[in-house]
Amino acid sequence: MTGRARTIHLTVVALLATMAVGSLLMIVAGASPLHAWGQLLQKTLGERQGFGQVLFRATPLVFTGLAVAVPLRAGLFNIGGEGQLTAAALACAVVAAALPPGLPAPLAVLIATAVAFLAGAAVGAATGAMRIYRGAHEVIVAIGLNAIIAGVALWLGNRSLFVGESTRTATIPAAAQLPELGLAGSNASVSALGALAVAALMAWLLARTRVGFTWRMTGQGLDAARAAGLPVDRARVWAMTVAGGMAGLAGAHFVLGHKHAYEDGLGRGVGFLGIAVALLAQGEALAIIGAALVFGVLGQGGLAIASDVPKEMVDVLQAVVVLVAAASLGRRRA
Amino acid sequence: MYRLRVRTWRLVAALVVVNAALLIIGDALAPARPQPATGAGAPRARIGLVFDVGGKDDRSFNDVAWRGLVRARDQLGVAITTIEPSDGADREAALRQLAAQHLDLVIGVGFIFSADLERLAREFPDVAFAGIDYAPTGPDQPPPNLAGLRFREHEGSFIVGAIAGLSTRTRTVGFVGGMKIPLIRKFEAGYVAGVKHVCPDCKVFSAYAGTEPKAFADPALGQELALAQYEGGADIVFHASGKTGAGVIAAARAKGKRVIGVDSDQFHEAPCCVLTSMVKQVDVAVFDAVADVVAGRFRGGIRELGLADDGVGFVANADNAHLLSADVVTRARALAADVIAGRIEVPSQ
Amino acid sequence: MTAPAMRVRASRRFGDCVALADAALEVAAGTVHALCGENGAGKSTLMRVVYGLERADRGELELGERIDLARHGVAQAQARGVGMVHQHGMLVPTLTLADNAALGHEPVRGGRYDRAAAARALVAAAARLGQRLDPDALAGDLTVGEQQRAELAMVAARATRLLILDEPTALLAPREVDALFAMVRAFADGGGAVVLVTHKLDEVMAVADEVTVLRAGRTVASWSAEVTAAEIARAMIGGEPPPPATRAPTPAADAAIALAIEGVAAPGPRGGGAVDVTLRVAAGEVVGVAGVEGNGQRELALAVAGLAPVARGAVAVGGVDVTRATVAARRALGLAHVPEDRHLHGLVQGASVADNVALGRLAEVGRGPLIDRAAVATLTTQLLAAHDVRPADPAARAGALSGGNQQKLVVARELDRPGLRAVLAVHPTRGVDLAASARIHARLRDVAAAGAAVLLIAADLDELLALCHRVVVMHRGALAGELAGAALAAPDARARLGAWMVGATP
Repeated sequence: MTGRARTIHLTVVALLATMAVGSLLMIVAGASPLHAWGQLLQKTLGERQGFGQVLFRATPLVFTGLAVAVPLRAGLFNIGGEGQLTAAALACAVVAAALPPGLPAPLAVLIATAVAFLAGAAVGAATGAMRIYRGAHEVIVAIGLNAIIAGVALWLGNRSLFVGESTRTATIPAAAQLPELGLAGSNASVSALGALAVAALMAWLLARTRVGFTWRMTGQGLDAARAAGLPVDRARVWAMTVAGGMAGLAGAHFVLGHKHAYEDGLGRGVGFLGIAVALLAQGEALAIIGAALVFGVLGQGGLAIASDVPKEMVDVLQAVVVLVAAASLGRRRA
Repeated sequence: MYRLRVRTWRLVAALVVVNAALLIIGDALAPARPQPATGAGAPRARIGLVFDVGGKDDRSFNDVAWRGLVRARDQLGVAITTIEPSDGADREAALRQLAAQHLDLVIGVGFIFSADLERLAREFPDVAFAGIDYAPTGPDQPPPNLAGLRFREHEGSFIVGAIAGLSTRTRTVGFVGGMKIPLIRKFEAGYVAGVKHVCPDCKVFSAYAGTEPKAFADPALGQELALAQYEGGADIVFHASGKTGAGVIAAARAKGKRVIGVDSDQFHEAPCCVLTSMVKQVDVAVFDAVADVVAGRFRGGIRELGLADDGVGFVANADNAHLLSADVVTRARALAADVIAGRIEVPSQ
Repeated sequence: MTAPAMRVRASRRFGDCVALADAALEVAAGTVHALCGENGAGKSTLMRVVYGLERADRGELELGERIDLARHGVAQAQARGVGMVHQHGMLVPTLTLADNAALGHEPVRGGRYDRAAAARALVAAAARLGQRLDPDALAGDLTVGEQQRAELAMVAARATRLLILDEPTALLAPREVDALFAMVRAFADGGGAVVLVTHKLDEVMAVADEVTVLRAGRTVASWSAEVTAAEIARAMIGGEPPPPATRAPTPAADAAIALAIEGVAAPGPRGGGAVDVTLRVAAGEVVGVAGVEGNGQRELALAVAGLAPVARGAVAVGGVDVTRATVAARRALGLAHVPEDRHLHGLVQGASVADNVALGRLAEVGRGPLIDRAAVATLTTQLLAAHDVRPADPAARAGALSGGNQQKLVVARELDRPGLRAVLAVHPTRGVDLAASARIHARLRDVAAAGAAVLLIAADLDELLALCHRVVVMHRGALAGELAGAALAAPDARARLGAWMVGATP
């Protein structure tokens, strides 16, 4: 109960601090904060197209937020979302493009999504295994894997997968493309509904199942969990595996729900932004949805007022949110 | 716990006050917003433009596009909106943001927009789109409301290559590319062919800043690559690398060697050292696209702008006369005429 | 009558929890004053207020003169001649004693740290309290007792008015306790005042001139004259003390060996640890392991529990070899573990009481891949009630429980379960109040009587002598001696065990 009060308090402080810093920047940039914030809210929450774009931006953030939150609950820090997403998106696009024509749409989507999940999960599992069985710090491993995957993906793409002069792979068949939600020319697709379902699933997993319980106990008291006989090592590798799968779903969202191909730079930064989302949500699976929407509003709103304020402002604001959240997490730990 | 609660909500209250103060003060401080044009009449068209990696102030490709748009605003009386996306994932969203406002023309500056432009053009058939350096992503024709504006960079590069080959004293020249993609390969291929055309045994170094979009925005790496080429014996380096080129020019200045600019006339970046520039008239292309829309004669499809259309060219004026000998200029003009006339076939790969 | 060396009166709340409710204490110069009370009575909080580590919500403090509590802090307390020795030493293990003593107050000569002066000052300070120590010894190389005496000398060198010792003997062998108290007495005889925070009545009787008892944040009694241990105990508990622990019935001679430790070597992370231990505990038998802390008990316990590898030898539970088995496999065979460090190994502090119950009982509350929350709730409610854990709130955070209640929760979870065959209990009553200790002792007795083998590792000889059928002593990783049956009841049992503990032959 106090935990929930904390989360609400944290969110309020984070939003107010963000708003204050943003207002200052707007004043420095010569814009009226009153007008700019008004525009930002109007263009994100006040009209269908803008709201659709907010949903579209929040969707992958839910996935990458979960990719950080699940290991966070189990006591590990997953900063490998970028690499997991990239590996998954590339695998998803290549497999989807190679699907036999005439495959029914649900099956095509299912196969492509599963491929993305598994590819991301494989990367996450490798990270977790390196941490648990070889003692390598998961952050260092993830940094290495992020770089390796980015390099390999680009090399593979330039070598054989990219079409013509472009830096994108072949377009996937229509059967594997996710239908859009039809929000006035926005990109929001049914993947937004998928994100909601997956967040709910994760919340249920954490609260009600043996593996979720093991994650929570391992994260809160590794030694006590081990002393009580919980399989803490296996559980942590699983946490990273599932996390990789979550980041992989973000990749599937981009490939199946948006670009309909893998292209260089796809989803770049979304893996890292997931860290911010998870921190703001304090690792709570359902709160991730709200946190992702906050970042979605900031991102989309930043574009909406791009002619009034410098493009770097949104980056700064997102960083402010992260700082407030991180400071608060630190105090909880102390 | 009790005291903590009081203190934390005090923080919230303080933040609320600060925010309110900032909103009020900020609104008072902000310059009056330009009212929608009255009297002179509504703008004749509303134009949106999204910049590529590197942004508005790259003093190169994006900069030239921006100049063309400003000229269109001033001369044609159009209203303009621009967005600099902060990262890759934002590019499509930025275009979409503009398209959703149903502007008359939305321009994407850079080949990277090609797929997004195709898709948005189909989704928003009432909006005209133009893509600079557009590269078709499939065998299909681009939609009729999308104008793909391409340049025959290899032709312009051929001429500056010839200038380099004629001007080098070490019989060694260099090339620094940004991102290693077919578009930049065109620059390299034309350049090398130009050097070899006038100086078959000259050596040409070649280097790229990377394989990711940020290779167009990495001056530190550009400087390193150029320094290596100068130290290896090259006395002229041609760059086709966007913002990364600032480093190449800095290297030339540091070494007292010569450099060839790209996209716009980069003479003023380093008057000591910029031999010439391979200009790509992106501003002309942008201006013309706007003018077409204003005049109601916009049409889709791919257009290639080469030496013949003044879409590409080289700089020879009073500024760089001290670096570029009249003989070389004469020779370069003759070669350009040969290319236009089809007497010389310039390779693009 | 002269002014007291220290007089304090303070109130302090932590949220809804009242730590101090107008608790008062007055200490005269030249006396050793014992501050007694159960865990959570507010002893440490009161002393932290005096030393400036904790703020008081309300109150007053005199250290020769009135002190403004709002501006009071450690620096102000030290400037007034107050010093504090903590239970867990504050020495930097990689520095010498002299360097440790000088830390923050380095004597300087010619602009440089004067190590020789620091060493001389420390030796002199120790000598005043009748101690000899080597100022060049690395703190990390000393025993806990030696470290504590060195720290006491360092603090006493600066604290001229008042010396506070917070539960100083928890980690010491009997002989080391005596040496420490000799120093304390010497300090008081030199005119300083001492506050000894403790809940061990034998210590109070041995060294204190005056006694004050706190209960639930209030001062409930204060004596400056003769007082009996029973009176103090009654004041601490606020009622009659629980009856002393009793022994489980002696198991039959042919009872099966339920827990077997055969030639086990289990090194610690920095050497030491258990070297070669063989112990066989029969069903229904309670075997005690005594010894000064750091003689391999911890490593032996972790190896038996499955939390540290066994380097050599074998461990068996109920006749099944578990030397390489996981913790879960050992538990499935009926091994229960009341760990030494309940904060680290016993409970997940940040999780709820119910989660902590489920933690050790997944086999009972798990339904396939799911956890049956109703079963967790039922089991938790039942355990909390049966073992008098307060508050009996399954949703409470485990870390919010008092030390005694945390330990009762661990004991309830570990010992009140089906299929129990062997119990490994390590310092089960350390830092636990008298009432809770009595319950834990009774529980250990009951499970033994019901046929479980109990291996009880403890430092408190009274506890071992009262509960065990057999007591072994660990010294330098090996068993140094064993007393069983009638020998345990003999008057010299305590002396013989104490001698083995410090490596002497009785």
